[in-house]
Amino acid sequence: MTPALVWTGAFFVLPFAAMVVLSLAHMEGRAVVYGVDAGNYVRAFTDWTMVKALLNSLEITVIVTVVSVVLAYPLAAIIAFRVPVRWQRLALLMAVLPFWTSYVVRSYSWLLVLGQNGVVNRALLGLGVIAEPLEIASTRMATVIGFVHFFVMLLTLTIYANLIQLSPNYMRAAQDLGASKWQTFRHVVLPLTLPGVVTGAFLTFVLCIGDYITPQILGGNTELTLPQLIMLQMGRSGNFPLASALSVVLMGVVTLAYFLSAKWLRLDRV
Amino acid sequence: MRALGWLYMALAYVFIFLPVAVLVAFSFQDGRLPVPPFQGFSLRWYEKVLGDRDLMEALGNSLLVAVVSSVIALVLGFLAAHALARVRLPGSVLMRGVLIAPMTVSYLIIALGLLTMFGAAGVKLSLWTVGAGHVVINLPLCFAICFAAMGDQQRSAERAARDLGAAEWQVLLHVSAPMLAAPLAAAFFLSVTFSWDEFIIAFLLTRFDVTLPVEIWSMLRSGLSPATNAVGSLVFLVSVTLVVALELLVFRRAK
Repeated sequence: MTPALVWTGAFFVLPFAAMVVLSLAHMEGRAVVYGVDAGNYVRAFTDWTMVKALLNSLEITVIVTVVSVVLAYPLAAIIAFRVPVRWQRLALLMAVLPFWTSYVVRSYSWLLVLGQNGVVNRALLGLGVIAEPLEIASTRMATVIGFVHFFVMLLTLTIYANLIQLSPNYMRAAQDLGASKWQTFRHVVLPLTLPGVVTGAFLTFVLCIGDYITPQILGGNTELTLPQLIMLQMGRSGNFPLASALSVVLMGVVTLAYFLSAKWLRLDRV
Repeated sequence: MRALGWLYMALAYVFIFLPVAVLVAFSFQDGRLPVPPFQGFSLRWYEKVLGDRDLMEALGNSLLVAVVSSVIALVLGFLAAHALARVRLPGSVLMRGVLIAPMTVSYLIIALGLLTMFGAAGVKLSLWTVGAGHVVINLPLCFAICFAAMGDQQRSAERAARDLGAAEWQVLLHVSAPMLAAPLAAAFFLSVTFSWDEFIIAFLLTRFDVTLPVEIWSMLRSGLSPATNAVGSLVFLVSVTLVVALELLVFRRAK
């Protein structure tokens, strides 16, 4: 146990502390000057570019999380309750197989589907549904689609794992007592699977809000998210203290989300 | 109602497989752009990719980092799970929390933190620094899988081994580990697939020895190309082989 704690301490806790220290420093020309200076944080919450990036990230993440849960739950339920038991593992494996394409490539392949000359536009033009190609790539819509694709797979897996642990007796009992299918779902199945759903939604939230690749490839540079802004501050401006401060803010948002969902979260039992 | 369910499932599969299908289909494109119309079947992009020295080197780097960092994550995670499953100390809940914590932090933050620390300590960026980061992200996973798999039956077997005079390392090596072979293998293979595909840590923590996702990222800068599709399809093939092997070897037998 000690080696694992040492590793986590050395390569996780310590780096985070270093980042907090750096976030309180400031730049003079191209040099980092250490000190205790809240300027970076003031900027993070007053500079409109920064605030806008935080808001964009939050909006996209909330939309993606909600849409992914709403789409994944029925799929997980169909696999758990409709598909014959011996085919369930195969159905599940199929539902998550594209999870294992390279993450970078997965975003890129959505570009092939959604782009000006992409498959979707060609098909719609060919069918005569639209006269002009739709502008989907390089918009927020494309980012959301790319994210939802990824998280539907993740959530199908976690929600399925919860659904099959439910004893069928609960549902039979509810129906014997005269509950309709909807009532059974609303009052029995949903509450019992809520912890799993919240755990999955929390993971979705964390991975989505911290992701750089999907918005960078699919969203274009018109509407920055927080991770894009952080990378920009590091790369183009070389402003590591500001990048650190923005990361600490990102971490703060995630921690807040953790406490909001803590009641149902059971992370150690993922 | 029943038909509606199947329809939903079919549509969901279409959505899930659409980008991959397009990716693979247009990797065989006999033209310069991986978009419709399809101009004919050709393997030339695969030839080009397999003959690309940089790409093959990146692939080797990726495999190396994935295997080494997964072994370390697995050993550390297993030892930690073993200890925490046996001993009930007041601090054990907190320790479990610390071990799981990296799972709830975005990779970008982990990468930035490590970059800051390595910068301050004067450590040169290399595949080793990437590997250290990958252990951080996979350790919680390995720990959680091993921890969940530790059972009472195992505890008895370990006690028996100790009674028969086995040293602690012998107990771990000859009793605990073999009994947990299936979950250990699962944790290892999952770690390998995660590390092999990880981008942001590898992107920020190495300069010259890039890994495959980073190399692919730089390919994207030159725009759409069937060559990128070919690399992507190959990566998919490797990962899927791993996952299917895992399914057949580990989970089939575990039942």
